[in-house]
Amino acid sequence: MVAQNIFFGIIAAAMVVSAIKVVTTKNVVHAALYLVIVLAGVAAQFILVGAEFTGVTQVLVYIGAVIVLFLFGIMLTRARIGHEMDVDNERRWIAGLTALLLFAVMTYALLDAFDDTDIEANGALAPQATQAVSDSIFRDYLIPFEAVSFLLLAALIGAIVVARRE
Amino acid sequence: MWLNQFLILGALLFCIGVYGVLARRNGVMVLMSIELILNAVNINLVAFGAFHATPAGQVFALFVIAVAAAEVGVGLALVLLIYRNRSSIDLESVDLLKG
Repeated sequence: MVAQNIFFGIIAAAMVVSAIKVVTTKNVVHAALYLVIVLAGVAAQFILVGAEFTGVTQVLVYIGAVIVLFLFGIMLTRARIGHEMDVDNERRWIAGLTALLLFAVMTYALLDAFDDTDIEANGALAPQATQAVSDSIFRDYLIPFEAVSFLLLAALIGAIVVARRE
Repeated sequence: MWLNQFLILGALLFCIGVYGVLARRNGVMVLMSIELILNAVNINLVAFGAFHATPAGQVFALFVIAVAAAEVGVGLALVLLIYRNRSSIDLESVDLLKG
């Protein structure tokens, strides 16, 4: 338990620092690379609570595909590689205030509701078998699954239609 | 481990993402901040799934990952279209519908 808490702390600290860099750095490519650290940290947290299939999917889809898509987007929009002075707008202070207030309210609500609830209160954290996840997808959530596959098809066609040259 | 440490980590990532969406003026960077928000939601879903010892949390996290992939595809296509029409992805200049 102690080892898990230590690793949680290390990963969480790396994630938070990188996430702050994602929204504050002036270099677009650096923001994408810091985003990789955050996404890898999320995958590590998934594995820490025994959700290994979701963790592997996170690595495959986000780090493998989404980041490459972002780098293509940066390349195709010819954002200057290097420091740009005007990546933030002039409302950044009010935006920071909004985010801080939101965090304060959410933290208060969470501490009020789940003060020191143990995550293992309903049974020890075991690796949740990938079989259980697939059974759940293809039995209980079959219709949402089909809807998501249709959504992916529609998004694919939509992206091609929108980005195609006339 | 407490449930709250995951939930508060998710809340912190969510708020950092909200700041990014509000404060950035580069279209690609706004999309990156939206990814932060969606990942914060995924942490919450998986933590609650582990807490209730059910695979449903993981299933919905997988749905969110699929929807996020579709969102990035369409979003980057829109950013490319804005760039092609205006030679800039500065979102401050996209105010055609402003009264």
